[in-house]
Amino acid sequence: MTGVSVLLAIAAGLFAAGLFGVLARRTILMQLISLEIMLAGPALAFVAAGAHHGMVEGTAMFLIVLALAAAEVALGLAIYLQLRRDAGDGDADAARRLRG
Amino acid sequence: MSWAIAIWAGALALAAAALAVTRDSVVHALLLLLGALVALAAAFFALAAPFAGAIQLLIYAGAVVAVFVFVVMTVEAGAAARARERALFAGAWQLPAAVAALALVPMLLRLGGAGAGAPAPAGAAALGRLMFGDWAVVTELLSLLLIAGMIGVRVLRRRQKGGRP
Repeated sequence: MTGVSVLLAIAAGLFAAGLFGVLARRTILMQLISLEIMLAGPALAFVAAGAHHGMVEGTAMFLIVLALAAAEVALGLAIYLQLRRDAGDGDADAARRLRG
Repeated sequence: MSWAIAIWAGALALAAAALAVTRDSVVHALLLLLGALVALAAAFFALAAPFAGAIQLLIYAGAVVAVFVFVVMTVEAGAAARARERALFAGAWQLPAAVAALALVPMLLRLGGAGAGAPAPAGAAALGRLMFGDWAVVTELLSLLLIAGMIGVRVLRRRQKGGRP
């Protein structure tokens, strides 16, 4: 396996680790941290592929992933604080009754 | 050479990430997340994408982790919370692990042998020409996404301050 293949395998591993965290953890904060790890996998894959093919589009896609992650964290943490105020619990099970 | 450094940093990020998702303390997980993000930034620098590395350090390891720290400060992280977290995690990790492995295997099977060669540099000037030239619509959509996120957070916090339950 060459360099870019190993890096893509590492990116897949990052994604899988994040997916495991999102599924296995019940605390919303831990799920958000796992989501960040999940997004870091594709970011690494994009930058590695961009470096491999000599295209700047890889870094541009990384910027898009970054903006997505920033918006996701802001909204996720706001919803988390709201949920904890309503349910008094940082548990994903508290979000069973999502109502406006 | 640079590929080797990038692989080393990426493996470090993967190890930190695997540790982060299995910690029972949120603070430990956050510190490990920070380590993974900084290691990824090192990988980006080794991949001749210094702009991506700098942005990763500034926004991911800087701003995003700082926002997380602000929220973690409001969470109680005593021994009881950690024991409860550990019990919850020990009760249900097998199925998520199987699902993650099932998602990982096809991704690894698709990897073929690609040609070697030094990483090609991705400069900030070429990136700016792309983002504000051919991809200008994408950049506009990103700004829209960020504004939508900002307004969403504002609305959520306003509801909290207002009298409505």
